Amino acid sequence: MYYFRLFATYVRVGILGELEYRANFWINIIQSALDLCVALGGIAVVFSHTDTLGGWRQEELLALIGVYFLIGGLIRTLIRPSMIQFMEDVRQGTLDFKLTKPADSQVLVSIQRIEIWRLVDVLISLPVLGIAFLRLGASLGPIESAVFAVTLLSGALIIYSFWLMLSTCAFWFVKVENIQVIFMSMWPAGRWPVNIYPTWLRAVLTFLVPVAFATTVPASAVSGRITGATLIGTVALAAAMLLVSRWFWRVGIRFYSGASA
Amino acid sequence: MFAFYTIYKGYFRTALIVQFQYRVAMLIWLLGGIIEPLMYLVVWRTVSEQQGGSVGGFDTNDFVVYFIAVMLVSHATFTWIMWEYIYRIRMGLFSVMLLKPIHPIHSDIADNIGYKFLTLTVMAPVTLLLAWFFDASWRPAPWTLAAFVPVLILAFLMRFYWEWSLAMVAFWTMRIDAMNQAYIVVGLFFSGRLAPLSLFPEIVQRAADILPFRWMLSFPVELLLGRITPRELLIGIGAQLFWLLAGYLFMQLIYRAGIKRYAAFGA
Repeated sequence: MYYFRLFATYVRVGILGELEYRANFWINIIQSALDLCVALGGIAVVFSHTDTLGGWRQEELLALIGVYFLIGGLIRTLIRPSMIQFMEDVRQGTLDFKLTKPADSQVLVSIQRIEIWRLVDVLISLPVLGIAFLRLGASLGPIESAVFAVTLLSGALIIYSFWLMLSTCAFWFVKVENIQVIFMSMWPAGRWPVNIYPTWLRAVLTFLVPVAFATTVPASAVSGRITGATLIGTVALAAAMLLVSRWFWRVGIRFYSGASA
Repeated sequence: MFAFYTIYKGYFRTALIVQFQYRVAMLIWLLGGIIEPLMYLVVWRTVSEQQGGSVGGFDTNDFVVYFIAVMLVSHATFTWIMWEYIYRIRMGLFSVMLLKPIHPIHSDIADNIGYKFLTLTVMAPVTLLLAWFFDASWRPAPWTLAAFVPVLILAFLMRFYWEWSLAMVAFWTMRIDAMNQAYIVVGLFFSGRLAPLSLFPEIVQRAADILPFRWMLSFPVELLLGRITPRELLIGIGAQLFWLLAGYLFMQLIYRAGIKRYAAFGA
């Protein structure tokens, strides 16, 4: 409960901060709309020449794009700004102030910056998902919906844990901002189902940079093409990564001696 | 002319020394330019295989070669100036450039080419690896290879002048992110980056002929693939020269106006 209040406070601060830059709202709308044009234009051209792509129908790819924007919006709103702020704090020594606050340091660091206008990506994803769901119609029952929700949550947790682990490296290597560039460069590959990629690339997108779990897996849950093994594996991986990243964070914090001290 | 040679030699040397300091960051920044064509390569290869081996006059191997060529040509011609200019103006770095008795575009061109030479050490093996992974076969005619050199240089220059001009919008507004992105997205659809232009509806193809983007990318790429006839080659070079000249004049115009507006920050 305490942490919910804390989160709400940070959201409020985020809104207040960004209200100073109202023009950014419109710029984000334009940027998200352009991104959506690229994604939809891409599938429009592809599906003018074929009926399925690697076994995926057009409405399933639409659902995939919806998930891609939803998780992408989450990354850009909360995960990336907070983690960049954290790496900056380690370098400048300002992390010390956050560590003295009476709350869990990992939680504080993970929610410290919220770029509220980026939520536009999340908002844009909702009608896309809605249209995809409507067109999938019959195949989308209550079980599929529940599995979709579970895999979506797992995917988000996997991405969060992954970013947290990468960022935690800042305790040892200080200058690690470029790591997030690697992730953001790979991320657009998640717009397409990973099963079309050759094995080596699929392995990279699944295990090295877990893009597949965040986009392909939830989207495949929508049309019921997900297997039980994938579902269990995804949930287990999310739990494991959450624990490992937590453990890694603690090791990092213990190692950290403060830059200003 | 001789003065330019000395100046460029100096610029190249500093560019190489400076950029070598950032080699890891440089490698990481290359990723995006490799992932995007690779992604479309895989998508179109999959479509082609599903359609029995060819789509719209491209067979599976053509798609592989096409997108590897897209990666190379777009790497050779890309600039980052539209993002750098804003930083330059905001931090007052532009004042220093103005003090030098030479047009600032020259140091940018030298920087860009220096970067391309350094990154060739990565792009060349990546190209070979991709060709090997995707089993690409490519047999160019000698004359297309000979024609490719001036075509690529023209593509580089026209893109450079246009993007350098657009970058100067930063003199008027600091909010250029949306404009930059709009430029990229328009380019994506009309340059052949997303798919070979012949796979697009007729109206997109006609628009692409009129716009500059395809002459920067899909024209050199299709030349490499041997899909351009000698007559189309002449038309294409004509279009490139036209856009290069237009870009040059546009750059002069907007540069003069921009300089008048520029009031140094941080001075």
